[in-house]
Amino acid sequence: MSEDKFVDNPDHPITLSDADLDAAVAKYPFMVVDCWAQWCGPCRMLGPIIENLAKKAQGDIVFAKLDVDGNPQTASRFGIRSIPNLLVFKNGQKVGDIVGAMPEDKLLERINTFK
Amino acid sequence: MHDIIIIGSGPAGLTAGIYACRSKLRTLMLTSQVSPSLITTTDLVENYPGFPGGISGFDLVERFREQAVSFGLEIVESDVSSVERVEAGGSGAWRVRTSGGEYDALALIVATGTEYAHLNVPGEQEFTGKGVSYCATCDGPFFRNSHVAVVGGGNAAVQEALFLTRFAAKVTLIHRRDRLRADKTLQEKALANEKMAFLWNSVVDEVVGDGVVKSLRVSDVRDPGRKQTLEVEGVFIFTGNIPNTAFLKGVVQCDEQGFVTADEAMRTSAPGIFACGDCTRKLLRQVVTACGDGATAAFAAEQYIDGLKGTSYSTWSPH
Repeated sequence: MSEDKFVDNPDHPITLSDADLDAAVAKYPFMVVDCWAQWCGPCRMLGPIIENLAKKAQGDIVFAKLDVDGNPQTASRFGIRSIPNLLVFKNGQKVGDIVGAMPEDKLLERINTFK
Repeated sequence: MHDIIIIGSGPAGLTAGIYACRSKLRTLMLTSQVSPSLITTTDLVENYPGFPGGISGFDLVERFREQAVSFGLEIVESDVSSVERVEAGGSGAWRVRTSGGEYDALALIVATGTEYAHLNVPGEQEFTGKGVSYCATCDGPFFRNSHVAVVGGGNAAVQEALFLTRFAAKVTLIHRRDRLRADKTLQEKALANEKMAFLWNSVVDEVVGDGVVKSLRVSDVRDPGRKQTLEVEGVFIFTGNIPNTAFLKGVVQCDEQGFVTADEAMRTSAPGIFACGDCTRKLLRQVVTACGDGATAAFAAEQYIDGLKGTSYSTWSPH
């Protein structure tokens, strides 16, 4: 998978898979990956919040979604035991994770602590 | 100014919404952005009439919502911080302060439900999301072929333990008593399930781990000196419920645990505030009883509003 798939400054969450997570991490200096699944009620509540934040951030923070159901390697690689789980990547490294749903302002505050 | 504001969007609130909207009352529902109705995290509801074979909690609440919206219910996502009495046109009303602004209504229906209680033991908070979980439907699939524990003995604990047997190699249920409180049908299923084991008369003292959960320290309630270590990769906690009623403090009467005390018409101690569902003091907290409460609350609120507007029809009067 080439990096061309990923646009500059996306205003919506990009969709990632096990196969292209690393390419996205390499491209974007600050990225939040929402690991979710259809079966998870709280994840479905967090979905619109992530979309809203992506729209406001305009690429300042890149938001991505990864469905753990079809992408078990990422879940296993990062020791995910609970979703929703946001993996935060900065300059190619995982710098933190945020577990559980929370209101938009509180979530942004948590994300910014990793910036 | 609305006629009714319903706070909470579970079975009780949505049923109240259906009844209020069909009575053509201007009704607004405030739903939390992040704290879902607990039933939406239950994989299978088998005791709600009309669904032979059961239905997932999430799908059931989606149906309630669809039905309420079809009758005109307006739903706004906003977390409530407090309520206060205001004067409006000669009669009292209520102002609801939320993360998204203030809303006024002649009557409030509180249907905020509960959240799962924490054990409040060392390690619980540290390993939340790293093996400690309060949502089996969310997190069960991460525990394939592993040993997990479930703490609790009620319907939620047993239902979720059975759900976890789909993924885990073994599920040990830890309960402080020597028998289950869950209904007999669930008990029979659990006791017959060969993946399930039981630690009776036992409580968790500590969650132990190293980055992720590795084991639990468990003691015997009859002999607290008798301790054992249970090696598990996950622990799911369903030991009880805490009502989401902190925002009502000093406004309506609650019992010592925070459950709202409401009468048979779902009236609280504050005129114009009604309460229904799991957040109230009651014997049985189930979807079907929440729905019944919700219908009653909407009907009682309608009568209260008719009284304020001078358009009463019913001869039923508050005592």
